[in-house]
Amino acid sequence: MCKLQEMNKALEPLKNGTTVMIGGFMGVGAPHTIIDALVEKQLKSLTVIANDAGTPGNGIGKLVENRQIDNLVASHIGLNPTAGKQMNNKEMAVDLVPQGTLAERIRAGGVGLGGVLTPTGLGTIVEEGKQVIESDGKKYLLEKSMKAEVALVKAHKADQKGNLIFRQTARNFNPLIATAADYVVAEVEEYVDDQYLAPDEIHLPGLFIDAIVLSKKNDAETC
Amino acid sequence: MDGREFIVRRIAQEFKTGDVVNLGIGMPTKVANYIPEGVEIILQSENGMVGMGPAPEPGKEDGDLINAGNQPVTYLPGAAFFDSAFSFGIIRGGHVDCTVLGALEVDQEGNLANWIIPGKMVPGMGGAMDLVVGARKVIIAMEHVNKKGEAKILKRCRLPLTAQNQVNMIVTEMGVMEVTPEGLMLTEIAPGLSIEDVQKATEAEFIVSPELKVVFGDQELAA
Repeated sequence: MCKLQEMNKALEPLKNGTTVMIGGFMGVGAPHTIIDALVEKQLKSLTVIANDAGTPGNGIGKLVENRQIDNLVASHIGLNPTAGKQMNNKEMAVDLVPQGTLAERIRAGGVGLGGVLTPTGLGTIVEEGKQVIESDGKKYLLEKSMKAEVALVKAHKADQKGNLIFRQTARNFNPLIATAADYVVAEVEEYVDDQYLAPDEIHLPGLFIDAIVLSKKNDAETC
Repeated sequence: MDGREFIVRRIAQEFKTGDVVNLGIGMPTKVANYIPEGVEIILQSENGMVGMGPAPEPGKEDGDLINAGNQPVTYLPGAAFFDSAFSFGIIRGGHVDCTVLGALEVDQEGNLANWIIPGKMVPGMGGAMDLVVGARKVIIAMEHVNKKGEAKILKRCRLPLTAQNQVNMIVTEMGVMEVTPEGLMLTEIAPGLSIEDVQKATEAEFIVSPELKVVFGDQELAA
């Protein structure tokens, strides 16, 4: 089964209003070629779950500026002033989640857990509306797991099975979101079509990946 | 030496070889420049690495390698990369010996506010809530009063909290305070200042250590 696809075909399951997780940390490790295609597709009313709102003109920042996001779940929007403005004008709803809690809620969603117990956020406004659970004499917040319809991942290398290798700090949320969505597209810089990646070096097994698309400047042939 | 350099130089003396340290954005990042000779710490960055090195030479930036403040960095021999859930596992799991963060307000109970000014500044908490809860030692690096000259070390924080009762040490240009079971304690004072000077600039009630020292009192400092 060949997973390498043309961009339009790979993004077909995305519609107006889709809930989508997007990898990246301030644009590093974000699927930039896919994001450009989403801007071109003009999809609206997306719910985006991601670490941050990118930076102006970069990463998720492009989707914010193009007013394609109705709901954003993120840990930080400070490096994108447009996101702050849209939040204050109530054009985009922003749910701020502590970064470690966001990562763990997504991980829990991907591994079949209903949620996690974390001390992070106790005694702060993050606690509001959440259950406090005591375990072995310590207090924790119950943070529910999180899933999405689509995850858009960026990796360094892929083979034809969809096995992925990430590079340096571009890994961040990418392997996590790939486990927590019904449909997963991976944008990759290098596609190894005539061999397989060494099993011991793979960061994420290909079973999570439904479609692979190429980053710009890569001309490997799709199937 | 200006006030900020005084603060980061003093904090840099807190570490011993082998400590895993996470430095926040802004002034805390500069602590790394003043680690005493012979002390080797391991810098953790919450976007997914340990063994972080200094900024690269201009032109040698790698687009996949940033710190949590979106600045290009390098990695040192022995470094390792990992995903965001693992990274916050390191933090929440108590494997980070110390974190250094800035603050808008801190109080005599060790409460910290540093992520939001409602109606004005909403960048999001990013990783701060997890870091403050998870790190074994929390050091606050900040100027003693705000730009209007108002106290930042309060009886009780007024801004929404980042975490409750987690701060261990506050270092300002006026000296060093520690949160102890007996209360907030002034343990070191900047050269040339009196206890009254510190009291005037502090809203919190604090006690003075019977072994009060002068900051850098026992060592020659190159101006």
